[in-house]
Amino acid sequence: MIRALIAQARQAQVNRRTLLAGAGAGASALALAACSTGGAGKPSPAADTSSTDKTLNWANWAAYIDEDDNGDYPTLVAFADETGIEVNYEVAVDDNNTYYGKVKDQLALGQDIGADTVCLTDWMVGRWIRFGYTQELDHANIPNLSNLTPALQNPDFDPGRKFSLPWQGGFAGICWNKEAIPGGLASVADLWNSELKGRVGVLSEMRDTMGLIMLENGVDIAGEWGDAEYTEAIEILREQVENGQVRNIKGNSYLEDLKSEDTLAAICWSGDITVINAEAGDKWEFAIPTAGGTLWNDNFLVPIGSPRKANAEALMNYYYEPEVAAEVAAWVNYITPVVGAQEAAAAIDPELAENQLIFPNEETLSQAHIFRTLTGAEEQKYQAEFQSILLGA
Amino acid sequence: MAFAAFATTEAQPQAPKRKSRIALFLLLPGILYLVLFFLTPLISLILTSLQAPAEFGDIGQYSYAFNWQNYVTVVQQYLPHILRSFGYALAATVFALLFSYPLAYFIGVKARRWPLLQSLMLVLVIAPFFISFLLRTLAWKQLLSDESFIITSLKALSLMAPDAHFTGTPFAVIFGLTYNFIPFMTLPLYTTLERLDTRYLEAGSDLYANPFTVFRKITIPLSMPGIVAGTLLTFIPAAGDYVNASRDFLGGPDTQMMGNVIEANFLVLLNYPAAAALSIILMAAILVLVSIYVKRSGTEDLL
Repeated sequence: MIRALIAQARQAQVNRRTLLAGAGAGASALALAACSTGGAGKPSPAADTSSTDKTLNWANWAAYIDEDDNGDYPTLVAFADETGIEVNYEVAVDDNNTYYGKVKDQLALGQDIGADTVCLTDWMVGRWIRFGYTQELDHANIPNLSNLTPALQNPDFDPGRKFSLPWQGGFAGICWNKEAIPGGLASVADLWNSELKGRVGVLSEMRDTMGLIMLENGVDIAGEWGDAEYTEAIEILREQVENGQVRNIKGNSYLEDLKSEDTLAAICWSGDITVINAEAGDKWEFAIPTAGGTLWNDNFLVPIGSPRKANAEALMNYYYEPEVAAEVAAWVNYITPVVGAQEAAAAIDPELAENQLIFPNEETLSQAHIFRTLTGAEEQKYQAEFQSILLGA
Repeated sequence: MAFAAFATTEAQPQAPKRKSRIALFLLLPGILYLVLFFLTPLISLILTSLQAPAEFGDIGQYSYAFNWQNYVTVVQQYLPHILRSFGYALAATVFALLFSYPLAYFIGVKARRWPLLQSLMLVLVIAPFFISFLLRTLAWKQLLSDESFIITSLKALSLMAPDAHFTGTPFAVIFGLTYNFIPFMTLPLYTTLERLDTRYLEAGSDLYANPFTVFRKITIPLSMPGIVAGTLLTFIPAAGDYVNASRDFLGGPDTQMMGNVIEANFLVLLNYPAAAALSIILMAAILVLVSIYVKRSGTEDLL
């Protein structure tokens, strides 16, 4: 039967009508295809309906808020009681890049992406602000903004915090398996020790891996540096990957390699180590390398198409109350940007307030550096070089 | 293809001569669906692959152009990945065929006498499908990690060098591809072998053919449709697979395939034209390879 149909199709001559029909289908497909690209100009913010619509959608990373045994979020429940705003908290961000890939077309058109506030990392927030994908925050709605730690008030991507507010931050440093490496590690150079050949992991987040290597080379990553410093660092990484010293280059899933002991030492994020030590036995230790570690923050922002900006601002204001910030910090083990949270945490658990990875003191903070914001052209160039190592020859 | 000749001598049903408006009307939903969900994305992909960076544009900003050099650039830059993709896919297809053929032969021919065993074995082939293949691949990664029982035992028996490892190597990726696509190979082989008329085999041995000749001259030609279908179902998805070779699963930095390159270009580098050009090259290359293969194996009737 199929053969008969094919035979019939072969017999059919291409006459004017079929040609026209084909051209019509092609043209309509072309027109549809052309729709898929966003306009060139910057989108404009959506009208705010917060006064009548007491809901809020919050997209965030996994294990990044306090959670009780029932799967509820105690601080969000309290927020709903206090303000009447029901928050729909979604663990929708797994990676800055994949999240951006998912929502960028809607953002370019100024459409609602289904989230009224999202927490993304500094450099990605910088991109959103540059592209005009965020709404300007009304500081009058966020009186607790005065609790923001001074060091984070004027980042180079958002001076004066007009568009973004830090949620939590953390260090990138080195960690190791205490059983396999009882002596511990002190610097990034120790990762290149031949005894660890094939058992070292590094992060696929360019700014953390390259930042640590550049710091080891004596570069001030927050200050002025350029191609020469970057190239010097990337050659070190390339050599260590090609000679098999580095086993793998991963995002969040590097924790699986640590647990399965494929990697015994790695470049990693501070909060994670506390979490896997709790999950899989106290086996790993984190340290900021002697030459310094990187410091990053994830920041609240309000996407351009969100009609609930005032609700989002109410939420930010809420999480800048020291007691609330302390409650979250006690659970997520990352650095809180809220001044006064340490004192509030001391009231819950004095030991917690002393944890340098959650409430770093001046000395710890002086070891941590923020990777400077890259221009679009630099980002493209440096990422391409970094990816060429990740993809191999 | 002597056996195929018998099949084609049967009287073919007459093809309907007159074009029917009703048939056209009935085809309309299908055509609309294809235009909307196949033709449109395809054209969009072709247009994207020809884009050039926007003037004074930021990262990820491109404008429509006829920048065919994109294709030259990606081939120059990613030739090793292109060749590796097809190499791994070919290896996985061959291994899958070698593992699946005896399995399918046993289920389809030898186990005919025990229908219960036959259906039980079929279930065993299909059962892994009930679990997400991502989970199964992750499980293999754990089972074959450096400190796992399997690898430490192999090292204790000196079957593996003490500093060697399995995950992150080309061998692991081919292993993963083979493992994940074995059911796609086994099932088509089973359906053809299940209908294998064993009287032909008896006739062959009656005519003094040794078992190997019987297998080569009778069993293989008769199961050719299954072999072609199985190899296509394995090779095509394996060439475009990006899970097994991904650094998060069984791969490492030196095992990245085309799918991983497309992913990196699309999500991280925001180089949409390069990602689109690579996708088109992948599609075109598969189309060409498959048509040559089908032509050479003389099974056009399948399509």
